[in-house]
Amino acid sequence: MSVKTLKINGVDIAIEEGATVLQAARQAGVPIPTLCHLDGVHDVGACRLCLVEVSGTRKLLPACVTEVAEGMEVQTNTPKLQEYRRMTVELLFSEGNHVCSVCVANGNCELQDVAIQVGMDHSRFTYRFPDRAVDISHPQFGIDHNRCILCTRCVRVCDEIEGAHVWDVAQRGAACYIVSGLNQPWGEVDACTSCGKCVDACPTGAIFRKGSTTGEKERDRAKLDFLVTAREKHEWTR
Amino acid sequence: MQAVTKTTQATPKPAKSDHPSGDRRFKTLDMTMKRHQYKPDALIEVLHKAQESFGFLEEDVLTYIARGLKLPLSKVYGTATFYHLFSLKPNGAHTCVVCLGTACYVKGSNKVSAALEEELGIKLGETTADGKISLMAARCIGACGIAPAVVFDGTVAGKQEPEMALAKVKDWELE
Repeated sequence: MSVKTLKINGVDIAIEEGATVLQAARQAGVPIPTLCHLDGVHDVGACRLCLVEVSGTRKLLPACVTEVAEGMEVQTNTPKLQEYRRMTVELLFSEGNHVCSVCVANGNCELQDVAIQVGMDHSRFTYRFPDRAVDISHPQFGIDHNRCILCTRCVRVCDEIEGAHVWDVAQRGAACYIVSGLNQPWGEVDACTSCGKCVDACPTGAIFRKGSTTGEKERDRAKLDFLVTAREKHEWTR
Repeated sequence: MQAVTKTTQATPKPAKSDHPSGDRRFKTLDMTMKRHQYKPDALIEVLHKAQESFGFLEEDVLTYIARGLKLPLSKVYGTATFYHLFSLKPNGAHTCVVCLGTACYVKGSNKVSAALEEELGIKLGETTADGKISLMAARCIGACGIAPAVVFDGTVAGKQEPEMALAKVKDWELE
């Protein structure tokens, strides 16, 4: 396999062909904030937090779905990107109903972490306060759509790792929501194996284990990685 | 295609995917799915056919299509709700589509739609409780020359004043 060389923030990096800019940056120890990226499932470039500047194009490119190319020059933390990232996070907060103080994921939430990382202390946009539902029909888990940022990690993890494809995105535009089965209550979906991978995948407190209260959500993210390695490479690493 | 249809009908026992209700419209769905070799990427084609023959997509039909194409239910539901052309609720006996495209809007189609909403007591995209009339909106139907345009049961009517549209709808209400 051939190797591509590129520069990220002026540092030379060599990585195999077909890798993404995000992988190259991670390998070089350059932090790029992400929300919809999840190790072990394919990338969709939905959250736009990993946008980077590549010289030669005026467009900002999502690092998670952009393949490395020979001689590429990437900037990951310009003032323009910092401004855009903060705006993206502000929009995420104003789009849903994110109330950290009463959320199961408080202190253990990737949306919260990213907000701190990009330096967002308030949202300049008007909150939408959408009318969203909570589904606690499943005996073990619940989904609170108020806290959902539509990263579709649960959709991909259920489809690609568990293989059940319980989740998908219904409707369009501002009316989008994560749907289980044929718009059935989660507890009534036959396909669900109650494996709990979506709980581990969810970056916020939208999908949670019943019985956990404020700030109590715990995830075993490494489990997903372990399962993918086991399935694809037949290596059991834990 | 003709030959395929004939063999299906000639088979003594019904095909595996036949719907228990015996509704012939499910046969049409079977034929469409068969024509596409039950490939999952034929989903939109099959949904179109279902919408055409049933008028709307009820849960039963969506489940049937999902089983036929071996697709997850959530994916079928997600696709059906994404496109405006598919409707998950039955439409009224009559449909009234108000064009809200730029030309019609400038010519006052918003007043037409407002008048209709008030007369029928429903919002755009809804159907009256008695199931008689569905009121819908379109973004440009390509009849800008006769703006504002309203489509009554598939017939385009041009240069509509609120009163003209109301008169037409009132006729329907009296039926």
